[in-house]
Amino acid sequence: MNAREIRQMFPILDQEVNGKPLVYLDSSATSQKPVPVIETLDKYYREYNSNVHRGVHTLGTRATDGYEGAREKVRKFINAKSTEEVIFTRGTTTSINTVAASFGRTNLTEGDEIVISYMEHHSNIIPWQQVAKHTGATLKYLPLQEDGTISLEDVRETVTADTKIVSIMQVSNVLGVMNPIKEIAKIAHENGAIMVVDGAQSAPHMKIDVQDLDCDFLAFSAHKMCGPTGIGVLYGKKKHLEKMEPVEFGGEMIDFVGLYESTWKELPWKFEGGTPIIAGAIGLGAAIDFLEQIGLEEIEAYEHKLAAYAMEKMSAIDGMTIYGPKEASKRAGLVTFNIDDVHPHDVATVLDAEGIAVRAGHHCAQPLMKWLKVSATARASFYLYNTEEDIDKLVSGLVKTKEYFSDVF
Amino acid sequence: MSSKNLDTLYRQVIMDHYKNPRNKGVLEDDSLTINMNNPTCGDRIQLTLKLEDGKVADAKFEGEGCSISMSSASMMTQAIKGKNIEEALKLSKVFSDMMLGKEYDEDDLDLGDIEALQGVSQFPARIKCATLAWKAMEKGVSTEKEEQE
Repeated sequence: MNAREIRQMFPILDQEVNGKPLVYLDSSATSQKPVPVIETLDKYYREYNSNVHRGVHTLGTRATDGYEGAREKVRKFINAKSTEEVIFTRGTTTSINTVAASFGRTNLTEGDEIVISYMEHHSNIIPWQQVAKHTGATLKYLPLQEDGTISLEDVRETVTADTKIVSIMQVSNVLGVMNPIKEIAKIAHENGAIMVVDGAQSAPHMKIDVQDLDCDFLAFSAHKMCGPTGIGVLYGKKKHLEKMEPVEFGGEMIDFVGLYESTWKELPWKFEGGTPIIAGAIGLGAAIDFLEQIGLEEIEAYEHKLAAYAMEKMSAIDGMTIYGPKEASKRAGLVTFNIDDVHPHDVATVLDAEGIAVRAGHHCAQPLMKWLKVSATARASFYLYNTEEDIDKLVSGLVKTKEYFSDVF
Repeated sequence: MSSKNLDTLYRQVIMDHYKNPRNKGVLEDDSLTINMNNPTCGDRIQLTLKLEDGKVADAKFEGEGCSISMSSASMMTQAIKGKNIEEALKLSKVFSDMMLGKEYDEDDLDLGDIEALQGVSQFPARIKCATLAWKAMEKGVSTEKEEQE
C-alpha cells in the first residue's frame, strides 16, 4: 500500500490551513473523501437523480439499480447472507437506535439485563438507557482492565441468563482497543442474549465478517470510511429483523395502506420509511469499491504500523500521558493523550495554528472519561492517507505546544 | 510557528487567571447555585452567587476546563462582584458583543482584565469556552430577577 499515492486521491488534503500544509488527524471523527466517491455523487446528481422503487421511467430505474447495487456491495463488504439483512440508515446512531427502539422495547421486560461497557460511545449508551427506562430492564456496565481492554473473564461474570442484549463497540474511538467481539458474542449467545456491535470505528479500518463474528446486529457509518455523511448501515440477522416492527412509518416502507391498518413491505425496505438516502447509499458503494481495491487487510496493517510509530514517538515526549494499551499490537490507528498542565482544547488550538487537526474533548464518551478520571483528552487518529511524516509533524507540534505553554506561564 | 496569532489568544493576564484563579470555591448559605457545562467539549462550571439588595454581594466558581473557560470564569466573578444586577447583565452583553467581534459599548463600565479575552473572537471554536461562565451568571441573575418581579 502506497499512502503517498493514495493521498493524491483526496483533494481536500492538498491545502494550507493557517499558512501550513494541512495535517488531518481527525479521521475517527470523520474521514476525508477520495475523488471516486466525490465523482460518484456528482455523477448521480448530474445524470440520474430520481426517486427509487416507484418510477416507471428510465432515470428511476437507474437510481433504483444504483441504490440496490450499493446494498449488494455492503452485503459483500460485511459478508451478510442476503441483502434482506442490510438496511440503510442515517448512520451508526440511527442503526443502534433502531435496534433499541424496535427489538429492545418489544423483547425486554423487568428483570432483563442489557450489558454494555465503560468504553462505549454515547450512541451505544443512551439508546439502552432509554430501553431500560421504558421496559424496567437493568443496564449493566462491563468493567475495563487497567489498560482499557475488556477481559473475557469479566464478560462471563457480567453476562447472565437474564441478559438479553450485549452491545459493544468493536474498536474504541478513545482507547483504540480492538474488542474480542467473536468471543463476546459466543458468551452472549450461550446466555441466550443477542450481540449488537457498534462498528463505527472498525468498519473503515478492518475486514468485518458478520457470519464469522456471529453478531446479531452491526451498525456503522459511511462518513468514517471515505463515504458521504448522512448514510450508514444496520445489519441484522434475518430471523430478528423479520419479527421486528419498523420504527419509522410512511412512504416507501408500506405494502398496503388501509384507513386504519397498514402492512409493511418485506425486508429490508420495511425499515426504510420515506425517500431513502439514495445519493448517500451510492456514494457508500463507491467508498466500499475504493477501500476494497486497496484491501482492508492492507489498510489495517498499515494503520497498525502508523499507530506503532506514533506510540513510540509520542511516548518519548516528556509529560505525555497516552490512554489505552501500551502495546501497539492491541491498538487501532489512533492515539488519545494529554500533556501535563496543558488542557486538550489548548493543545488543539496550538496544533491548529500549525495546520494540524486533532480532536479535543470527551469524544462522546463521558462514562469512559470518568473511568479515565479526566474531563477531556486530545486525540490524533489516522487513516490510509496519513504518513509517518504527518506523525512527525504532530510530534514537533506537541513539543512546540509544551514550549509555548511553559513560556506563557 | 505562527505564534503571533496564538499570542492574541493566550495573553499573559489570561494565563495568570488560569493558573491563579480568583474567587475559586463554593459560597455557602443562601447562595444561588448554577451548574452549566459545555456538552460538546466537557467544560463544566459551578457558579455560586450571593445576591443582596439587587447587588452581587459575592461570587465564586468551581469547575474544570481549558485555560479560556477557567480564566473567563475567574475574570467574570471578579468583574461582577459589587456590581448591581443591571450592571452585571450589561457587562455580559458587552462581553458577548466582544466575543462576536462586534463593536461594544463600554459606557462607564470598567472592563478590567476582561478585555484581555478580546482575542478569543478570532478563534471561533473557542468562543463557547469563554462565554460559559457568563451564561451561567446570566442564568442565575435572571432567575433571581424574575422571582423578584
